[in-house]
Amino acid sequence: MTEKVKVENLTKIFGRNPKSVLMKVKQGVSKEKILKDTKHTVGIYDISLTVSEGEMFVIMGLSGSGKSTLIRCLNLLNKPTDGKIIVDGENIVDYSKQELRSFRQNKIAMVFQHFGLFSHKNVIENVQYGLEVKNTDKEERYEKAKQALANAGLAGWEEKMPHELSGGMQQRVGLARALATDPDILLMDEPFSALDPLIKRDMQLELMELQAKLKKTIIFITHDINEAFKIGDRVAVMKDGQIEQSGTPEEIIEKPKSDYIKDFVKDIDRSKVLQASNVMYKPSSIVSLKEGLKSAVNEMRSNGISSVFVVDSQRKLQGLVTIDDTVKAIKENKTLKDILIDKYHTTDPDTYLQDLIPKATESKYPLAVVDENNKLLGLISRVSVLSALV
Amino acid sequence: MNNFPDSLRFELGKHIETFVRWLDTNFSGLFDAISTSLLWVMVHMENLLIMIPWWSVILVVFVFGWRCASLVSGIVFSLLMILVGSFGYWDYTMMTLAIVLASVFISLLFGIPIGIAMAYKRTTEAIMKPILDAMQTMPSFVYLIPAMIFFGLGKVPAVIATIIYAIPPVIRLTNLAIRRVSKDMVEAAYSYGSSPMQVLTKVQLPQALPTIMTGINQTTMMALAMVVIASMIGAQGLGMEVLIAINRVDIARGFEAGLGIVILAIIMDRISQGIAKNSQVKE
Repeated sequence: MTEKVKVENLTKIFGRNPKSVLMKVKQGVSKEKILKDTKHTVGIYDISLTVSEGEMFVIMGLSGSGKSTLIRCLNLLNKPTDGKIIVDGENIVDYSKQELRSFRQNKIAMVFQHFGLFSHKNVIENVQYGLEVKNTDKEERYEKAKQALANAGLAGWEEKMPHELSGGMQQRVGLARALATDPDILLMDEPFSALDPLIKRDMQLELMELQAKLKKTIIFITHDINEAFKIGDRVAVMKDGQIEQSGTPEEIIEKPKSDYIKDFVKDIDRSKVLQASNVMYKPSSIVSLKEGLKSAVNEMRSNGISSVFVVDSQRKLQGLVTIDDTVKAIKENKTLKDILIDKYHTTDPDTYLQDLIPKATESKYPLAVVDENNKLLGLISRVSVLSALV
Repeated sequence: MNNFPDSLRFELGKHIETFVRWLDTNFSGLFDAISTSLLWVMVHMENLLIMIPWWSVILVVFVFGWRCASLVSGIVFSLLMILVGSFGYWDYTMMTLAIVLASVFISLLFGIPIGIAMAYKRTTEAIMKPILDAMQTMPSFVYLIPAMIFFGLGKVPAVIATIIYAIPPVIRLTNLAIRRVSKDMVEAAYSYGSSPMQVLTKVQLPQALPTIMTGINQTTMMALAMVVIASMIGAQGLGMEVLIAINRVDIARGFEAGLGIVILAIIMDRISQGIAKNSQVKE
């Protein structure tokens, strides 16, 4: 994947003369001491990260960890004190006023925690705003805004005023406004934090669907670790203005770098993060259709199991045989094909554990993980599901 | 006796006087230019208000009253205007109205940009605040004197004095209103690549409008309150009538002219308040 946004050693210090404090920060003086001595606040310090094109990158942290400061640096609402932000190979920190305006108009858009809608404009005027400031002609503006609104699921609400809409709908307007300019990069600053849990869940799902369609580069801020791990392709956990750990959700759960991360991960509902592919194991034995009944019995006996999955020569799953049926079939001179049963469940490797729990616990046979061509990838037993949750 | 030492006497008043006289001799051209253009505006406005038939003024009052307040208000305002006319003060009322409207117009022309500048720059605010305090607390007679020196007698110094007295509310409230615009909205506007001018015209001013309208309302009321005082330097109108009535202890004349001012005040207040209310945005 190509690199879209690259942040190098980014530092943001708030105060009258940030540059003067920079040296002290570099020498490792603590933030508390700097605040006391110089009345400067260190927002973020020495952040480096890379976001690939089309990726959903989530920055997670508690309040005061600097996550909002960081995301505001990415469109220069905060001017960084030190460091580089490279977008498509250009360091945007060096942009002139004109270049910056054009960058904001065309390449990047932002969705805000409290929506940031203009209360004196109606819904469609809000969505058109980004196009209006770059002087798109009126008809094109209207068409694009209408399309964006429809994408966000708000067709027919064009003429309403923002205060007439519920919180969830207001944020859809916010999202539509961001999408209307068709930016490459979408910055989302805790977009769902102000919404109630059910609406929040719907919005998360819709965002993921939308993202699958549009493939934007999204940088998403949240303080909710469950949200971070649910929607993020990769997650960076921030603490005290620095990145504590970053990686895919699975990596962070499996290998937490510090006690701080461990503490976080403890709270997380692992069933919503771990997928079938994370908990499946390689089958200790499988039988090919060609091999016949005898070898099936041998496989089961040598592995001490009472059933085995049967695949064809391309490793495509055909079915399952039990030891009882196999022994009976040998006596009755039947073939392996005659006694295949299909009372087992299959799943694809991307299914979340929470959806596997009922399947895994109700069946007495292991779950078969198959890809889209029905090729057997691995098995999941009831034990492996339950043990992954603790 | 604990007398304040004479040696510490600082004669600021004299210095100011010297300065004012120096201004008058060296910048008389500038003051003449201001005077001529103001007079032009005033004369035309006054002529317009006096030339147009009385019933059309009442019609305008009715429509504004109806639109900005209510139908009943529109009718009441029209009747009140007829009452003023029946006192025989129609022309004087129109003269007063002309001074007030011209003062308010010029106040807004300068006041709103100054208010915006204050909201944008802390230093501007720091400089302007004491000046505004002085403008509002300084007894208004005091600046009638330099106004008279610079602009002579008549309408022009009256308008200038009225502006000085009436401009602070619109400046203060514009400043306040722009500062109060939600930071989220301003940030959102910038994040879509708006220029500072676009942020101002597309977001901050529309958002600030209701508060600015309140400022306009107050400025209007203060301008009206100033007309009696301004009549002391020769501005014709209802104020002059009140002044004459005081000098002659003419109760009837004083009451009629005074009531005329009150009626004018009520109508202008209700209409401008109505506009302020209608411009309110729901959150």
